[in-house]
Amino acid sequence: MSLLEIDNLSVRYGPADAPPVVDGLDLRLEAGEVLAIVGESGSGKSQAMLALLGLIDPPGRVAADRLQFAGHDLLALGERQRRRLLGKELAMVFQDPLAALDPSYRVGFQLEEVLRQHLGLRGREARRRALELLEQVEIPAAASRLDAYPHQLSGGMAQRVAIALAIAAEPLLLIADEPTTALDVTIQAQILELLLNLQRERGMALLLISHDLAVVAECASRVCVMYAGQAVEVGALPGLFDAPAHPYTEALLAALPEAGTARRPLRGLPGSVPGRHDRPVGCLLAPRCAYVQDDCRARRPPLEAKRQSQARCYHPRNQESP
Amino acid sequence: MLSFLARRLGLLIPTFLGVTLLTFALIRLIPGDPVEVMMGERRLDPQMHAEAMQRLGLDRPLHEQYLSYLGQLAQGDLGQSLRTRESVWSEFASLFPATVELAFAALLLAGVLGLLAGTLAALKRGSLLDHGTMGLALTGYSMPIFWWALILIMFFSVELGWTPVSGRLDLLYDVEPVTGFMLIDTLLSEEQGAFLDALRHLILPAIVLGTIPLAVIARMTRSAMLEVLREDYIRAARARGLSPARLVFVHALRNALVPVLTVFGLQIGSLLSGAVLTETLFSWPGIGKWLIEAIGARDYPVVQNGILLIAALVILVSFVVDILYGLANPRIRHRQ
Repeated sequence: MSLLEIDNLSVRYGPADAPPVVDGLDLRLEAGEVLAIVGESGSGKSQAMLALLGLIDPPGRVAADRLQFAGHDLLALGERQRRRLLGKELAMVFQDPLAALDPSYRVGFQLEEVLRQHLGLRGREARRRALELLEQVEIPAAASRLDAYPHQLSGGMAQRVAIALAIAAEPLLLIADEPTTALDVTIQAQILELLLNLQRERGMALLLISHDLAVVAECASRVCVMYAGQAVEVGALPGLFDAPAHPYTEALLAALPEAGTARRPLRGLPGSVPGRHDRPVGCLLAPRCAYVQDDCRARRPPLEAKRQSQARCYHPRNQESP
Repeated sequence: MLSFLARRLGLLIPTFLGVTLLTFALIRLIPGDPVEVMMGERRLDPQMHAEAMQRLGLDRPLHEQYLSYLGQLAQGDLGQSLRTRESVWSEFASLFPATVELAFAALLLAGVLGLLAGTLAALKRGSLLDHGTMGLALTGYSMPIFWWALILIMFFSVELGWTPVSGRLDLLYDVEPVTGFMLIDTLLSEEQGAFLDALRHLILPAIVLGTIPLAVIARMTRSAMLEVLREDYIRAARARGLSPARLVFVHALRNALVPVLTVFGLQIGSLLSGAVLTETLFSWPGIGKWLIEAIGARDYPVVQNGILLIAALVILVSFVVDILYGLANPRIRHRQ
């Protein structure tokens, strides 16, 4: 059994006929694995993860056939049981680290709060563990940072603190929602390296949400490409990036600037993501796809095994053996 | 912080000068003078009137009067009441605890209930409870104080007889003023039941005086809470599995408190003006009632210096609130 099993997860807002922001997502994640979810803004990456944590508030609605994590059925979990799971076995790091720390409390207080909540540590013991955590996320002068307020930290430092908060109770799965997007380029690599080191040392699974394909190619062993709320292609790396089956994945890769090919103009995908009123009945990419055929417009393609991956496409690319 | 203090202190002098000028001028703009008021309905002999005015120094040109008033103030002399011959300061000091007691009770009521109602309304946003509390708050805010006081007196004091109509303590009790705070003095005294009696006297005026601050604090707490509850750090705290009680009371309320505290501080100033009306309505022997009577008697020194003392108080309170604001919000405390 996988660590995380998601079947047909959907998240909706607004009226019943409104298109879901997450539309029938299936996902498997093994213990200790690094999986990346990529997709443009609004493709449903973060919403899917928030749904997983049970953090979608009304008017948002979550439905799924199956949401299984480490033997827990997340759909059937009561509030109290869910809280015992969150931050302990299932933790999340958010995009903007300075916004994700409570501005009114010192770093030490916030760390000790989690340690008390999930591990029952108090007083000096909690303090000592909090210091260790800051050292583990490689914060210089960790002892003095315990007494710092979030606004006294730089973005990179704050993200390290946020990571320390997330790993405090040794989770089995850490979800990192664009953990480097809000940071300086020079800091981004350090934070990613830290996350990967922690993942390796602790053997925890890491679910990395990103829209940086270069980062994904470097870090993840598998990738899930999302478009307009659906997983359009899922597969192992580097195979999937070498031979993307879905035209959307192919287009994403083509839009990457490459060193050494400076003369080549960047290729974009014409059109825009379908909105509420123009969501196609067939393949969601059909209106923008260069290889679209009649059957694409008629029916939504299911996620099916292709040469290197699973993809939602009737006319996949790169299928011939090299 | 030091330069902040210096700037605040530098503003004090012009503020006080403005207050003295305003009160000096305004009280003299009211028709009638202390001597006329004292003589009342009796026919006033112009000769006697002029002599009395001269004795009080009120016959001199206004600018001379004002300058000598300032000179007096500069020596720390607040003068004495024209009616009682008591020093203004000692009258103020003996009445002030009554006003503080009333204001404190009103603020406590407004603060506790306001925070509670605002928080609940924010948590149950859009519910009947939310609309109900906010509707009540708007009503409370718009309510004319004197009318509200009279309604409460009619119902609770006259109809039900639960609370006394006026004063701080029943004449039955003989309580020695130790602190000036009736609730404390009655507890210190041997008198049985005096404390409860003092409490019963306090409750209606406190409700009346606390109504507007309560409404303002409830509305402010609600909007501040709604804003804070949308913040990333609340979602992040939820993702850490913290209990709803911790989320609301430790993380959300603490951050929502920052704007609420400002409003709270502003309310203390308007509370003192509200106290004037409330004390008059309930015959509460505090500085509000004292000032109203002094204005009626054209007791110039009492009006001028009483208002000056209140102004000093408001300035002091807003100063304390600024410091509290820094305590509640570390980002302000650390700003250089």
